[in-house]
Parts: sequence; C-alpha cells; structure tokens
Amino acid sequence: MLPNFNYVRPSSLADAVRQLSTPNARVHAGGTDLLGCLRDGVFAADTLVSLSAIEELRGIRPSLDGGLAIGAMTTLSEVAADPRVADRYPVLSRAVAAAASPQLRNQGTIGGNICQRPRCWYYRADFHCARKGGEKCYAAEGENQFHCIFGGEVCFYVHPSDVAPALVALEALVRISGPAGARSVSAETFFVPPSKDYTRETVLGPGEIVTEVVLPAQPRGTRGSYRKVRARGAWDFALAGAAVVATLTDGRVTRARIVLSGVAPIPWRVPAAERVLVGQRLSAKSAARAAATAVEGAQPLAQNAYKVEMLRGAVEEALAALL
Amino acid sequence: MGHDHDDGKGGCPHGVSRRGFFTAVGAGAIGAATLGRAQAPAAAPAASAGEPTKVTLHVNGRAHTILAEPRWTLLFVLREQLGLTGTKVGCERGECGACTVLLDGVPRYACMTLAFEAVGREITTLEGLMVGEQLGPVQQAFLAEDAYQCGYCTPGQIMAAEGLLRTNAEPSLAQIRTGMSGNLCRCGAYAHIFKAVKRGSELKKAGR
Repeated sequence: MLPNFNYVRPSSLADAVRQLSTPNARVHAGGTDLLGCLRDGVFAADTLVSLSAIEELRGIRPSLDGGLAIGAMTTLSEVAADPRVADRYPVLSRAVAAAASPQLRNQGTIGGNICQRPRCWYYRADFHCARKGGEKCYAAEGENQFHCIFGGEVCFYVHPSDVAPALVALEALVRISGPAGARSVSAETFFVPPSKDYTRETVLGPGEIVTEVVLPAQPRGTRGSYRKVRARGAWDFALAGAAVVATLTDGRVTRARIVLSGVAPIPWRVPAAERVLVGQRLSAKSAARAAATAVEGAQPLAQNAYKVEMLRGAVEEALAALL
Repeated sequence: MGHDHDDGKGGCPHGVSRRGFFTAVGAGAIGAATLGRAQAPAAAPAASAGEPTKVTLHVNGRAHTILAEPRWTLLFVLREQLGLTGTKVGCERGECGACTVLLDGVPRYACMTLAFEAVGREITTLEGLMVGEQLGPVQQAFLAEDAYQCGYCTPGQIMAAEGLLRTNAEPSLAQIRTGMSGNLCRCGAYAHIFKAVKRGSELKKAGR
C-alpha cells in the first residue's frame, strides 16, 4: 500500500500551478516514476497534483517556426507512433521506442520522462546519500557497475532517460510554467549536473512544471539515430548509448550533435567528438574517429570500466546508422 | 483460465454468468454497480488523504461506484474492492506485467496506476475478454498453444496480447516480441506465448 496523500486533478494549467504551491505537493504526470518513489519512501508527498485532466498539455502540433510542439502529457507511445516525429526527428522516435516497456510507454509522458529521479540503487533504497541531504555518495566506493564515467562529482548516478539525450541532440526547447509565469530553456541547460548542484536534477523551481517540448525545424539534409546498449533486449535502462544528429551538405558534415546516455548524470554532450566530424565526409572511418574522441576523458569507477569500450561502440554504431 | 473451461465452447452450465457473479461481489462490497458505458473523461474529485471518496470506475462495460482512498492503485481496487482477481499481483513496481489491464483499449500496469487516474476511462480486465461463459479468442489461443507453465503471468500476457492485437491485427514475430516485452514469464514459456499471440490474431480475424 502506498503512503497516504491528498489528490487533486485540476482541469486547467493555471489551477495546477496554484495547487502545486500547497505544502509538499508533487506533480503526477504518468505516475510511473512517482509511484515507485512514494512506495520506496524516496520522498513523501502531502498532495499529488495530477495533470491528466489538462487537455492543453496533451498532443503534438506544428510550432510557429516549422517544428513540432509536443505537450508534456503526451505519452511516449503517442510520440513513437507520430509519423511527423518518425519522418523529421528519427533520433527522438528511436529513443522513445527504446524506453522502458510497452505498458510504461503507454503511461509515461515526455514531460515526466525528462523529470525522472535518479535510478541509483542507493538513492532508491534506504541510504541517506548526498543527493538526499546526507554526507556522501555510497556508489563512489560501493557497488557502482551501473554508475557514471563522466560528470560524476559528489554524486555518481546516470541520467535514466533515453528521450533526454535525443532532445539535447535536436536542440529542443523545454517550456515551463510556474507561479512567476512561463519561461523556456534549452534542453541542454534544463538538466543540472552535480558539479552545479548535486541535490537537484533539473532547473525547475518550486511549483514549476514542464508544459511542452518544442522541436525546432531541422535543416535540409539532417539525419538522426539513437543507439542504446542494455543488459537485456527489452525493458532496461541504458548501460551506454548515443543520440546523434548530423546535417550533411554536398556529402560533408556541416553540423553534428553527439549526446551520450547511460554514462553521466545528465545527457552528456561531447563537442570534441562533434568537431571531429564537421567538415568531413561521413564514413565508417570518420565515425570511428569521432567515437574514439567521445570516450576521451572518461573516468570510470572501480566496477564500470567496461562502459568505456561499450560507449565507444555505441557512438560508432549510432553514427554508422546515418550513412 | 484453462481449468475453468473444457473445450472453448458451451454455454453457461451453472445458471449464473461469471460476470454476473463478479459484479454481485463488487456490489456487495461497496454499493451500487450499474450498467453503463464510459463517459468522456471527467475530473476526479479532490480527495483527502486516507478519506474514502466516492468515485465511479467503468470496468468491462459496467459502472462501479465505490468509496476509494487516493492512494489505492487500480490493481488493489480491481482485486480487493471489485473481486476481479483475474488481474494478478506481481512485482508491484511496474516491472513484470502480471497486472496488465487495458485503459481505453491500451495496455497499462494496474499496479502503477492510481484508481483515481482511471476515472472516466474504460477499464478492461481479463474477465472482460470472456464472451459469456466462453473464452475470448486470445484466451482460447493461449489454451490451444499451451502458452504457460505455472500460469501466474498468463492473465497479464493475455491482456498485453489483446492490447497489441487491437492496434495491430496481424503483427509480425518481431512486432509480437516487442509488444509482449513488458511481460515477464518466470517459467520461460515465451516461444509458446509468441505462437499464441499469432494464433490469437488468426482467431480474432476469423471472428471467433
């Protein structure tokens, strides 16, 4: 049985934002992560504010600049099934289809997906770790085979989302509403690395919620792909992965975005590897060079050095899929 | 399901339908069970922690008005309040699929769904796939293909298959494997399960 909480299901965004200002209120989007956290006692909630009756947060529509705007409450299945997303944003389409299981994709939302809490087993269990206000990261010297090889500082979890790296690769915008009104941030700056603040995962302030994800129009000749490596063929988090987007003009790469999943506490962009590709022809050779650059500077923990080679292969395969 | 039924045919030998029996149990436990179709999604009531609040759930074509606490999952309400025990308790953390039901025709884990979130939506459980006392096509297919060993995961497997076939009437083997990937079978009966989904697709097409 879940612990007790009050429950409200407002039908407007304004009402939801108002309800979220009550003491210790939490957002219920799809609920797939929230209910697990409540059940495991990771945190408690006095009130759940369900967004499921707010029509304006649902659905995919063309945006003004020729891109697509995806309402935060659109389920991952709906994103995966959308022909416009599949046609123009294959990196997102593939990332969404690689997330979780069919049932969870039918329930989980794109807004909720990028607001997931860490899946670190110490964080989820009864350890008063740094991220929960404690003294230390138990993974740093404990069981860390699934933890990060980049960006660890105080806390060493890996960002659990497949969707987030795709959004960063696409230079998506995240629209946010809160008590002070609406604002937008780039997907790239939406996620907070432990080096900036190890107690939070996103820039969302008190009472703020994600309302929409906006995918900008991509230049002609843009291709994308997502490669995810996991311990089993389905329903698992990434051990290592890569979301890649490249724009080709006359056979040469004019723009490249390479964003790693499963290896860092945020979707981890590797500009040095992107630079290896720009100006080059996309080939097996240039893909291999970029992949080798992508893993430079990795700092594996005691049990996860295997991720370095795995990641190199994932980046290489993701880029090869663009050929 | 298999032991409840001999030959996939036949009528209603005991004079009371299974569905009628379950509805009576549900009604006895909490109050009114009325015939009715799901309405357009309506806002669920604001509900206070620990306080039973009146909600109406549409399950297998019937409206059940019950008193529920906000923290109750759909799984708990189906089994413990409505007596619909076809939906199984497995991991209770969205990992195994034993509790799979359909919400507006789409597979979901009932353990990860608050009952309040199902208000205003059409809920279909394993019991809802019965045609009177006769097994529905996907249920028949699992029986015919011997698609289980211990059988505990079978209701969830059948509901996942039913949901898959409602959106994709003739899935390829690859699509079946993906569509069924949210359901674990500890006995490892996957090969037969995939065959059963294929046969379920054929039986549905034949209107069985």
